[in-house]
Amino acid sequence: MMKTLISRRRLLKNGAAALAASTMPFGAAHAADKITIGAIYVGTRDDFGWNQSHAAAMDILRQVPGVSVVEEENVAETDAVAKSMESMINFDGANLILATSFGYYNPFVLDIATQYPGVQLRHCAPLWNPDTDPQNAGSYFSYLNQAHYVNGVAAGLSSISGKLGFVAAKPVQTVLSNCNSFLLGARSVNPNATVQVIFTGSWSMPVREAEATNALIDAGCDVISCHVDSPKVVIETAEARGVKTCGHNADQRDLAPNGFITGAESNWSTTYKIYADALMKGETVPNLIAGGYHNDMVMNTPFGAGATPDARAAATAAIKGLKGGKPIYVGPLKDNTGKIVIEGEVDNYAPELETMNYLLEGIIGSTT
Amino acid sequence: MSLPSASSVARPHRKPRLDPRSLALIEASVIPMGALLASALIFSLFLLMLGKDPIRFFSLVWTGGVASSFSIQNTLQRAAPLILTGLAFAVPARIGMTLLGAEGALVLGGLASALIAIPMMLGGWPVWLGLPIMALTAMAVGGAWVGLAGWLRHYRGVNETISSLLLTYIAVAIMNFLVEGVFRDPGSTNKASTMPLGPDWRVGDIPGTSVHWGLATGLIIAALLWVLMERTTFGFSARIAGGNLRAAQAQGLPVGRLAVASCAIAGACAGLAGFFEVAAVHGQANASLAAQYGFTGILVAFLARQNPLAVVPVAFLFGALAASGGLIQRRMEMPDATMLVLQGIIFVTLLTSESLYGRLPFLSVSQAGDRT
Repeated sequence: MMKTLISRRRLLKNGAAALAASTMPFGAAHAADKITIGAIYVGTRDDFGWNQSHAAAMDILRQVPGVSVVEEENVAETDAVAKSMESMINFDGANLILATSFGYYNPFVLDIATQYPGVQLRHCAPLWNPDTDPQNAGSYFSYLNQAHYVNGVAAGLSSISGKLGFVAAKPVQTVLSNCNSFLLGARSVNPNATVQVIFTGSWSMPVREAEATNALIDAGCDVISCHVDSPKVVIETAEARGVKTCGHNADQRDLAPNGFITGAESNWSTTYKIYADALMKGETVPNLIAGGYHNDMVMNTPFGAGATPDARAAATAAIKGLKGGKPIYVGPLKDNTGKIVIEGEVDNYAPELETMNYLLEGIIGSTT
Repeated sequence: MSLPSASSVARPHRKPRLDPRSLALIEASVIPMGALLASALIFSLFLLMLGKDPIRFFSLVWTGGVASSFSIQNTLQRAAPLILTGLAFAVPARIGMTLLGAEGALVLGGLASALIAIPMMLGGWPVWLGLPIMALTAMAVGGAWVGLAGWLRHYRGVNETISSLLLTYIAVAIMNFLVEGVFRDPGSTNKASTMPLGPDWRVGDIPGTSVHWGLATGLIIAALLWVLMERTTFGFSARIAGGNLRAAQAQGLPVGRLAVASCAIAGACAGLAGFFEVAAVHGQANASLAAQYGFTGILVAFLARQNPLAVVPVAFLFGALAASGGLIQRRMEMPDATMLVLQGIIFVTLLTSESLYGRLPFLSVSQAGDRT
C-alpha cells in the first residue's frame, strides 16, 4: 500500500546517504501514507505539567489522518529509554521517536540514532550538535520565557500588592530566564513590582513546592507562578489560600477556578505537525526546530477568573508585541546584586541569553 | 547434595521417599510458582474488572519479554542491576536483617567510581587497571555504607531497617550535593553530572548482545554468594545467627562481625551495580543513578526467598515484566501503573504463601533441616 516514490531532489542532494536510507522499509526518502510516531515521557502523561504538555500535542497529532501515535510514560533516564525506543522501532515500526526528557539524549538517543539510521529521533532540548551528532537525530525546544513574560504582564495587573512569588526548581538557565522574564513582564505594567523566588532544588518535590508556595504567600505575595515539572501542587496550594496563580508547562485552569490568571505553555503540536508532514511527504525532517511566539511554539493558557480586564488587554497586547519581535530584555538591566548584566536591547533569541546565570534587580532571592 | 543427612538415617522405618534436601528444593519451587500463578489469576480478575483482556496481557508479556532476540536482550539488560541489588537484600536477610540500603549503596558506589575515574583518566592510566579500580572503589564505598547499618544494629542497637532506609536518602542527597556542587562538570547545564568518562573508559556489551557485562558479573557473584552462604562456615554461622541469635551467641559465634560482614557484602553488591550503571550505561554519575533498582531488588530477593541462586531467575522475571511494560502501555492503552499493580499483587501473594511452608501434606518436610 505504501507509495515508494523516491524524492529526486533528496536523492540528488544526499546521494549515497539517501540510497542507503531508501533500503530501509520506512526510510526518510519515501513518501508514506501511514506513519507511526512514538513519544516517551519521563513521568505520567496526565501530570498537569511537562509530560502532559507533550501528551496534549500527541493527542492533536493523533487526529491527523495517516498518523498513528504510540506513547510510553514513566520511562526512566537510564538504558530503559534506549530499550523503549528500540521496542517502538521493532514492534510498532516507529518512523519518528520523540524523546521528551532532558536526560534521554546522551547517550541513549545518540546510540539509538546511530544504530537505526532509518529512524528519525528528535529530543526536546537544545542539545543536538550538527557537527558531531547523527543526522537522523535532532532537537526541538521553545523559548517559554516569552510566555512567562506574558504571565508577568497579566500578573502585574492582577496583583494588588505588586508582590509576586515564583516557585523555582533549580537555578539553571531555563528557570532563571523564565523568572527574569516574569519580572520584566510585571515591571512593564507596574514598575514597582517585585518577584520573590524560592528554589526547591528539585524538578519534582511536591512537599517542598507546597511549603515554598505557603512561604511566599506568608511573605505577602498575592500572585504565585512557578517553574517546576508539575505545577499542580503550587497552583492548588495557592488556590486554597485564596491567592491568584499563573501556570507553567501545561493547562492548569481547572485546578484554580477562582484565581487562575494565565499560564505559560509550549505549543509542541506546531513542531509535531511539521515532523508528521515532512514524514508523510517523504521530505527531510528538520533537525532543529526552535522558537517562541513568532512561530507558534509557545502560547498562553486562556485567561482564568483571576485575570482582571486590564490584565487581559495588556497581556493580549504583549503577545502581539512578541509576535512582532518586541524584545523582552531592554538594557540597561542590573542583576539583584547591582551588577549591570544587560547593556542594550537584546533580541529574544540572542545566544547571550543562553548563558543567563543571574536574577534581575527586583527579584528577591539568590541562585546559590 | 549427595551427602546423607543424619535425620534421614535416623528414621529408617519410614517408607522410601525423596531425601529432605530434594523435598525442600521442591517445596521451595512449588510454593513460589503457585504464588506466581495465584498472582496471575488475581491480576487477571483486576484486568477483567477494567474491561481488558488478560490473555492479551500475558501474551504481550511473552512478546515483549521473551519471544524474540530483542525481547530477551531487553529482559536481560533490565535484569542485570536487579540481580546485584537482589543479592544485596538476600545476603543480610539470611542473618535475619531486613536491609533497605541497596539504593543508597548503588548511588554512592556509582558516584565514587565516576569520581575516582577522573584523575586516572586525566593521568593517562591504562584502562585495564582503571576499570577494576573503579569497580573495587564502588564496592568498597557501597560496602562501607551498608556496613554502617550493620554496625549500628549490632553495636548500637539501631533498627537496621530504619537506619538503612534513612542512609539511602542521605546517600541520594550526598550524591546530588556533590554532583551539583564541587564535582559538577561545567558542560552539564540543565542536568548536573560528573565529568563524562571517555569512550575507552566504558564497560562494553557482552559480544553479540546489547547487554552489558554487569549481567555476567551478576551471575558469577550470585554463584559465589550461594557457595558462601550454603557451603562455608561463614554462611553456616550466618544462618544460625539468623535462625536464633542467642543460640549463636551461646555457641560463641562472632555475631557482630557476621552482621557487619553480611551488610558489607550486600553494600558491595549494590555498589558494584552502581559501577556498572556508571561505566556501562551513563558514562557519568548523575541523578539518574537513583532509578529504584535498589528497591526493586527487595522484591526480587523476597520472591527468591533470599536464595542467591534463585535471585537470578527472579531478576529475569522482573526484567521481563519491565521489558514488556512499554508494549503493554502502547498496545493495551493502560497506564504504567499497571505493572506496579502486578508487582504489588505478586509481593503480597508471595508473603502470604510463606505461611504454607511445612504445611503442604504431599511435601512433608519435617526432616528438611535448617532450611528456612
